[in-house]
Amino acid sequence: MPNLLKSALRPLLLLPVLLLTGCNMVVMSPSGDIAAQQRDLIVVSTILMLIIIVPVLFLTLFFAWRYRQSNTAATYDPEWHHSTRLEVIIWAAPLAIIIALGAITWISTHKLDPYRPLDRIDAERPIPADVKPLTVQVVALDWKWLFFYPEYGIATVNEMAAPVDRPITFQITASSVMNSFYIPALAGMIYAMPGMETKLHAVINKEGDYEGISSNYSGDGFSHMRFRFHGLQQGGFDEWIARVKQNGTMLNRDAFLKLEKPSIREPVRLFAGVEDGLYDAVLNMCVRPGQMCMRDMMHIDMMGGAGVDSHENRAKLQHDNRHAGPAGGHGEAAPGATFPATGNPARSEEPAEGVDGDQQPPSMNHDTHDMHQGHKAPAEGSEGAAPPQLNTNGSTQP
Amino acid sequence: MFDDTNLTQLIFGRLSWEAIPHDPIIISTFVAVVIGGLAIVALITKYKLWGYLWNEWFTTVDHKKIGIMYIILAIVMLLRGFADAIMMRIQQAIAFNGNEGYLNAHHYDQIFTAHGVIMIFFVAMPFVTGFMNYVVPLQIGARDVSFPFLNNFSFWMTTAGAIIIMISLFVGEFARTGWLAYPPLSGADYSPGVGVDYYIWGLQVAGVGTTLSGINLIATIVKMRAPGMTFMKMPVFTWTSLCTNILIVATFPILTATLALLSLDRYVGTNFFTNDLGGNPMMYVNLIWIWGHPEVYILILPAFGIFSEVVATFCGKRLFGYASMVYATCVIMILSYLVWLHHFFTMGSGASVNAFFGITTMIISIPTGAKMFNWLFTMYRGRIRYEVPMLWTVGFMVTFVIGGMTGVMLAIPPADFVLHNSLFLVAHFHNVIIGGVLFGLMAGLVYWWPKAFGYKLDDFWGKMTFWFWQIGFFFAFMPLYVLGLMGVTRRVSQFEDPSLQIWFIIAAFGAVLIALGIASFIIQLVVSYLRRDQLRETSGDPWNGRTLEWSTSSPPPDYNFAFTPVVHDHDSWYDMKNRGYERPLAGFKRIHMPKNTGTGVILSGLSIALAFALIWYIWWLAAVSFIAIIAVSIGHTFNYKRDFYIPVETVTATEDARSRLLAERI
Repeated sequence: MPNLLKSALRPLLLLPVLLLTGCNMVVMSPSGDIAAQQRDLIVVSTILMLIIIVPVLFLTLFFAWRYRQSNTAATYDPEWHHSTRLEVIIWAAPLAIIIALGAITWISTHKLDPYRPLDRIDAERPIPADVKPLTVQVVALDWKWLFFYPEYGIATVNEMAAPVDRPITFQITASSVMNSFYIPALAGMIYAMPGMETKLHAVINKEGDYEGISSNYSGDGFSHMRFRFHGLQQGGFDEWIARVKQNGTMLNRDAFLKLEKPSIREPVRLFAGVEDGLYDAVLNMCVRPGQMCMRDMMHIDMMGGAGVDSHENRAKLQHDNRHAGPAGGHGEAAPGATFPATGNPARSEEPAEGVDGDQQPPSMNHDTHDMHQGHKAPAEGSEGAAPPQLNTNGSTQP
Repeated sequence: MFDDTNLTQLIFGRLSWEAIPHDPIIISTFVAVVIGGLAIVALITKYKLWGYLWNEWFTTVDHKKIGIMYIILAIVMLLRGFADAIMMRIQQAIAFNGNEGYLNAHHYDQIFTAHGVIMIFFVAMPFVTGFMNYVVPLQIGARDVSFPFLNNFSFWMTTAGAIIIMISLFVGEFARTGWLAYPPLSGADYSPGVGVDYYIWGLQVAGVGTTLSGINLIATIVKMRAPGMTFMKMPVFTWTSLCTNILIVATFPILTATLALLSLDRYVGTNFFTNDLGGNPMMYVNLIWIWGHPEVYILILPAFGIFSEVVATFCGKRLFGYASMVYATCVIMILSYLVWLHHFFTMGSGASVNAFFGITTMIISIPTGAKMFNWLFTMYRGRIRYEVPMLWTVGFMVTFVIGGMTGVMLAIPPADFVLHNSLFLVAHFHNVIIGGVLFGLMAGLVYWWPKAFGYKLDDFWGKMTFWFWQIGFFFAFMPLYVLGLMGVTRRVSQFEDPSLQIWFIIAAFGAVLIALGIASFIIQLVVSYLRRDQLRETSGDPWNGRTLEWSTSSPPPDYNFAFTPVVHDHDSWYDMKNRGYERPLAGFKRIHMPKNTGTGVILSGLSIALAFALIWYIWWLAAVSFIAIIAVSIGHTFNYKRDFYIPVETVTATEDARSRLLAERI
């Protein structure tokens, strides 16, 4: 039914669209299959609702004109206030529309679930069996975007590229506050949150240079938290990778810690190589030496908690100290933005005493995760490969 | 013992001269406010009005005066909130092509946060509460609310919250987090200044007032209806007020608890919503929206009630489908608890969860649609008088359906993925809040003004207000729908794509039209006051009304009704008029009334001191004001002089005066 309606009513709908041809409505004319399907939903739902809205608007204006006081020719019936037949219609008509829309919603929400791997490149083409999705790991930093390409061992800041018609799997996290990862031409947005991973599957169908933004307010530099997304043919993509490898520097933990410091209008940066496990450490908020990884904390919790011994872990679990304190300021300090005199000790950048600085995150395979479980809690599905000193904590518990 | 720094810190906390903003815009605003404030104080002193204000208004427990004060508060705050709005519109219209505009991120971010907080908590809320306070007791034939002192206290706590937010403009800063202050951004680590603390304590103090006033009105509606007024004979506005207050009582504690957890994170270093130590910011987002979504209905339901009263009155016809209107209201009330997740489909819940909340959201449009049809069929076979309230109502019906439609679009999760947080969303909620809530409140203001003050509002300026708002709304927000479809997100202060600029300029033009609408509104109030003798209305029933508030004089006497009316049908006053109601002229009795008290003002002042102390870490002041609040509260319980009788002579004199006025009309 929606398709039929669509073909019948499209000319009508195109009229206002034609009026707006002066502007580039990227949401209504996207270049990726997912965004295109999302656009179709907007169109279909609008048409379905117009079935009710247009008569209501028309009747409102008609009744408002017809039953004006000066029109004494119109019937006046001050006691008429009930009609079972009308009541049935006014409840049933919206109900029918909502049943139709509800069915569309249920189906489309599952079909366009960002966690669901793609099953087609576009409306005509299914995914060829030999195509492996391109994995891009996205980190929202204050206030720029970092992209890891694990397949190629490279990383970039504020610029990303993907080959046309190859499915992309985004793994998305953040380093400090909430952001939202959004390339309007490609697919809908999803939040980027620290210590958590969200996912997005999408594909770009047209070559082009598109804009990507953060669509969740994240502080001072938010307005400039933009990046370019290049949809390239395979050849162009290979060249782009080669260019990154040729011109880039090395992204290790130290470089990351410098990079993640708040900055505004960060230029494009290229990294030819990435330290092993860096994305995993970012996701688990344990890039800084001495930090305990989220998955280890969750492992301890899963084992029943570390009891009083957990006190020793306290310093290792503090991540948010970049902005506070006299040294950590960014940009202009707010009036009254003194460090809270709460009696809290100022949080230290230094690792806690006795903590091994080069604690390596155990390698993990998170991809076994069920795609419908929402956020991937970093520890979930792990086999408990916590570092030895943590396991001794765990064993003190019954 | 103390060195100098410590002593200063002990006395002033983190408050210092640095806290006074040095920005020219704010300084000139500050100077203007100080001069204006001093002028008002001087005028009040010159005309010796302090005693009058204190005795007749500040300490009053009369629901009518408290209702009027709520609405004055809302109008004053509307000016502040709109000033924020027009600053944002100007900034967005000019900040292109490398032009940074005139507001840096530091200011812009405070402004959009303040705009949202002020418009919701200190404009829409007090406006709605003001109407409920004024109208509900009159509509149910009561002489006051159940707990008159609580009512006064609630008002002053709401005002205290507004004052705390206003102080942030001149002392320190306001939050730069967006109006719901999502952590971790609003946590101590990312927002170490006083802004979020102003936000928290402003809302906590005002929240006390809102919750208590909700309890008060529920008790009033449940217990104080006139004999014969069963629930299904209650006026629709009273019904919507009941549902709204149930929502308030059920959801504001969630807001209070959520903000309390956030303040624990900020003040004592707990980790509910931090990234540290296993805190989880997603919890905050859920909790705040479990309050936040019902809040939307807290605002819109009374507006629906106002439209129902207005449409029946000005169509000269009983409301179509009263029962289905009542059930629709109750269904909306219940469903409003089941939709909160639609505010963050993009947070990564599974498809089934998202689809569930998407569909519950759409289901709300069914009772809302039914209401729309009910108003429509009330107009059918009516005889519509196009007085200003009816203009607002028709304007609402046309505007609101568009907002409803875009709302259902946003309720489809995959569509929301491309529209969430965009200017499309901003356009949507302004479409329903301006086109729904604000239009309703404006209709209500013109409708009940003659009841409150005894003269009608000027018709010409009323129409100007309506048309400027209506047209201004379309110019200001339709471009935002377009911009949303162009992929522009909210809360951005500078743009790169020059093709967007024209739409922002149109939106800014719309904001100018709305400014003219607000100016016309103020002119309307002034002109009407000056022409009050020509606009005088002595019948008490200027619109040929249908509900009990129109049966008493305008303005009503302190005791509202000399005799408690007896209700036989809904639209009781219309029913009474049809049955040939005769006003009783004799047999009056003395009337038992509550007595004024200043405790509400004192507690409110102490609350401001407490909040200010907590915001600036002035611990001694916090302790002193907290102890004082407890002491005054306990002290108030020993105040046994809480009531008095209006002597029968006064009642007779008042009623006789009214009889003479009514006789003059014939």
